[in-house]
Amino acid sequence: MTTILTYPFKNLPTASKWALRFSIRPLSCSSQLRAAPAVQTKTKKTLAKPNIRNVVVVDGVRTPFLLSGTSYKDLMPHDLARAALTGLLHRTSVPKEVVDYIIFGTVIQEVKTSNVAREAALGAGFSDKTPAHTVTMACISANQAMTTGVGLIASGQCDVIVAGGVELMSDVPIRHSRKMRKLMLDLNKAKSMGQRLSLISKFRFNFLAPELPAVSEFSTSETMGHSADRLAAAFAVSRLEQDEYALRSHSLAKKAQDEGLLSDVVPFKVPGKDTVTKDNGIRPSSLEQMAKLKPAFIKPYGTVTAANSSFLTDGASAMLIMAEEKALAMGYKPKAYLRDFMYVSQDPKDQLLLGPTYATPKVLEKAGLTMNDIDAFEFHEAFSGQILANFKAMDSDWFAENYMGRKTKVGLPPLEKFNNWGGSLSLGHPFGATGCRLVMAAANRLQKEGGQYGLVAACAAGGQGHAMIVEAYPK
Amino acid sequence: CSEPRSRYIRRNFTESSALLTRTHINYGVKGDVAVIRIKSSTSKVNTLSKELHSEFMEVMNEVWATNQIRNAVLISSKPGRFIAGADINMLATCKTPQEVTQVSQEAQRTFEKLEKAAKPVIAAISGSCLGGGLELAISCQYRIATKDGKTILGAPEVLLGILPGAGGTQRLPEMVGVPAVFDMMLTSRNIHADSAKKMGLVDQLVEPLGLGIKPPEEWTIEYLEAVAITFAKGLADKKISPKRDQGLVEKLTAYTMTIPFVRQQVYKKVEEKVQKETKGLYPAPLKIIDVVKTGIERGSDAGYLSESQKFGSLAMISESKALMGLYHGQVLCKKNKFGAPQKDVKRLAILGEGLKGAGITQVSVDKRLKTILKDATLTRLGHGQQQVFKGLNYKVNKKALTSFERDSIFSNLTGNVLKVDMVIEAVFEDLSLKHRVLKEVEAVIPDHCVFASNTSAFPISEIAAVSKRPEKVIGMHYFSPMDKMQLASAVAVSLKQGKVIIVVMDGPGFYTTRCLAPMMSEVIRILQEGVDLEKLDSLTTSFGFPVGAATLVDEVGVDVAKHMAEDLRKALGERFGGGNPELLTQMVSKGFLGRKSGKGFYIYQESVKSKNLNSDVDSILVSLKMPPKSEVSPGEDIQFRLVTRFVNEAVMCLREGILATPAEGDIAAVFGLGFPPCFGGPFCFVALYGPQKIVDRLKKYEAAYGKQFTPC
Repeated sequence: MTTILTYPFKNLPTASKWALRFSIRPLSCSSQLRAAPAVQTKTKKTLAKPNIRNVVVVDGVRTPFLLSGTSYKDLMPHDLARAALTGLLHRTSVPKEVVDYIIFGTVIQEVKTSNVAREAALGAGFSDKTPAHTVTMACISANQAMTTGVGLIASGQCDVIVAGGVELMSDVPIRHSRKMRKLMLDLNKAKSMGQRLSLISKFRFNFLAPELPAVSEFSTSETMGHSADRLAAAFAVSRLEQDEYALRSHSLAKKAQDEGLLSDVVPFKVPGKDTVTKDNGIRPSSLEQMAKLKPAFIKPYGTVTAANSSFLTDGASAMLIMAEEKALAMGYKPKAYLRDFMYVSQDPKDQLLLGPTYATPKVLEKAGLTMNDIDAFEFHEAFSGQILANFKAMDSDWFAENYMGRKTKVGLPPLEKFNNWGGSLSLGHPFGATGCRLVMAAANRLQKEGGQYGLVAACAAGGQGHAMIVEAYPK
Repeated sequence: CSEPRSRYIRRNFTESSALLTRTHINYGVKGDVAVIRIKSSTSKVNTLSKELHSEFMEVMNEVWATNQIRNAVLISSKPGRFIAGADINMLATCKTPQEVTQVSQEAQRTFEKLEKAAKPVIAAISGSCLGGGLELAISCQYRIATKDGKTILGAPEVLLGILPGAGGTQRLPEMVGVPAVFDMMLTSRNIHADSAKKMGLVDQLVEPLGLGIKPPEEWTIEYLEAVAITFAKGLADKKISPKRDQGLVEKLTAYTMTIPFVRQQVYKKVEEKVQKETKGLYPAPLKIIDVVKTGIERGSDAGYLSESQKFGSLAMISESKALMGLYHGQVLCKKNKFGAPQKDVKRLAILGEGLKGAGITQVSVDKRLKTILKDATLTRLGHGQQQVFKGLNYKVNKKALTSFERDSIFSNLTGNVLKVDMVIEAVFEDLSLKHRVLKEVEAVIPDHCVFASNTSAFPISEIAAVSKRPEKVIGMHYFSPMDKMQLASAVAVSLKQGKVIIVVMDGPGFYTTRCLAPMMSEVIRILQEGVDLEKLDSLTTSFGFPVGAATLVDEVGVDVAKHMAEDLRKALGERFGGGNPELLTQMVSKGFLGRKSGKGFYIYQESVKSKNLNSDVDSILVSLKMPPKSEVSPGEDIQFRLVTRFVNEAVMCLREGILATPAEGDIAAVFGLGFPPCFGGPFCFVALYGPQKIVDRLKKYEAAYGKQFTPC
């Protein structure tokens, strides 16, 4: 019955599809409700849109996410990205020549491989005829890679896309100072010995001070941890609440890992080292242990600590995204549809990490869904304090009225459906790769636990945010 | 894992508040911490008045007497305002120095008690903590401040001609060291939270909160309070030490200051500097040095005594009265007397001549007004844009802005849109040019748009004569910190620009130019009589003017001065005569336009600090030489010839209704024209010096020169 009702929907004439769409909106459509009573009780509508191609996730994989400075520390980012890409090739056996385009997200760029998507694809055995580009949007870079792919498919430009992301925090580009760089460049141009000597005479010792990649927001000069701490305080999130939430994340991740639920992880034989098979940042501790830690950012009275923040992580992810008809024609059984998505942005100072709060209601409204329709929530956990502050913001009428222009609060996602297999706090957060992990977690959870809709949401540096609806592919 | 708890754990104390409600101070008890909240219900800011003082003592006595209470937090319930200082009116009601000394001694005693009490008090500072407020804060055992732009600490007493009279001169040197304390008290510099932390003025900073579950400002105060309470407990449990670690440089400075010889050198240097800057016209800075010195060299008892006595004597002298008068006037002029404008000015266009246009643009974009700058040529426009950028970038270098904030402010400077609410014109002072601009602009602007002409000489009615809608044409004159105008929306703009405003009636020269012109004319006559430039300049500065009279002409622009003199003479007659305008005419014809052209009475060169006389002016002066009149030519008479003409004209303006109040006239003269602040402005000067004595002077000069000195 379910299959009959949901699967052929895309073949139905447009009018009836719209009728079904409206049928679950309780207020706006009593007539339609009467028109299609049978559907309303049994299952939910699909989010297919008229005249727009359905985009599906065939499958997605990721390398194990490791604490930076561990097994991946001697690699370069494209090595890690390559591992994810080869893993995807093995998992899906997709013929390399059908891939139209490859898009990767990354945040801290290795300057030698600034288009890391292309370098990784070349080494991973993809066709050198497949173009590739790299996108960056802080922690939602992989989300941007995916939605760029969705756009290319939906607009008919491509049929098969590989989207992914990579981050290698074990090695970051540390530069010479601007003064030293200028001196070196001028020296390059100097023609005579005299010119060179006069340039060298300008050298000062402090030119040698290195320039580290910025850990703070460029616009506000505030580090993210600092901002998270202020955010937690602004929403009255206590230290204990944060520690409890972090413990929950680690415990659930451990459980998921032990039960073998993290099926997107593919083993990676690191050259010269053992094969890495699982994430190594999952460390359930005790509240007592966690309470002993000192605040990491706002000292001495802050509440954000090393234990309730996500850690620096190395990792890569990749996903095979196709137009539905292409996937079916190739004989694939897709895992999920990628549906409506939304990018939002706010003030990077005080609302740096509130992206999910803003993006969630918008994407739900766009899709015609409510919080109750969602069966699997996958939110990016930058900090416990950030997640809990978002919860409080979503649960506050005052905030909704004053800052979101809404009459009522967004509402809380039910915790029993929230990040059930762990999150960035415990699994790790390779900036550029997290987006694909979130989507695959939602898709896999919908397959495993049943349910139709997943909601993925994340915040990102720059005060930006993203949310996307993932719809389970009918079994 | 449990659902997130709805209450903030730090806030889980039950609060029992004292039953009595007072006007200024209340307190509640959270656990064993008394939270003392200052919130004067009678005014916008909290000031240390007699009533507040006595309520504070009452509360402290209760706190000290309650066994349950182990420590206290002192906080203001007004967001962005801690304590703005002592109540100046309290001093005004005192009749003798002894009375003022008594006020000071009472405060000293209270603060000493606070400092020595066994129960530690933490000052939780958010907003302005100035003067007496700072003295109260530093009497507490520990200070926590919010790290935001609104939190400023400082000892601005010297601006009012007095000194910190509640122990500040004695406690501060110990806290921040002697060199820093002189810097603070003599320059009355505002210290922002993070530098206060570095100096040791506050012990801990609290990050301000952004939006959350309550309005950020309110919530930040609650957060500050919660953090202060944890620190209070820490202090009481001896987990936190109020002593702070000093850096190496600080330790070294502190060590060198223990050497008497070094200290003597420091006092000497500071005194010399003060002498040079104040020219002996302001007694307060020297007294401050003296009091600090007494405290350090002869112990705190002597220090406190000296502080209260000097405080008493300073509060009664004319300089401090003049300065306090200015303070009141300034407060008055910052108020909008015209109510809300019909339409808010959101977009502003500025047309205009180089520096001035750019200056107005700068203050406008700085206050986030969308501003359009237009100029006749691309190069000049470029200069204007560069000036605006330079001003903002200066703030970045001073760390008052981030480079990002600079860029986003600079983006308010926009291009070629004419849908503006107000146009400010700052083209050259030429009536036909102004007419042309007005006509061209009126052809394209919307109906509600106000046209403001930046003129110092022409009556607005003359400019508006060619307008289709003269009621929308106003005059606005900017001095570096001052402007005047006639319309509510214009007032609103200037308020937004952060300006002190005086409003004057339309008339030739308005107020400021009218006062300045006769004085300038007298400058020329004095030069013609053979007084050399440098002597004239030193005579004027030693009277208290910030720049010498000849330098002033250079600064204003010789051509502008010439225009001013000619126009006003035409409009108002012989009273504006005196010196031979030929001097200015000849200078203009030779291109000596003052600083802007590089040559005027002096020669100006980029990167050369010392000024050299422009010897080419000598020949002009020689050709126009007049014999001096010996009875009115000694230094003092020269000073008074300048000042009395200024003052006489100012009084005339008031009588004619050009000025609404003498207070506005004082403010405009001091802040716009540099009238000596120690005299508090022309009207205050008349009152302090004695009207009869001024009339006598005028009569004496009238006898020598005639009509220009006829007292009004």
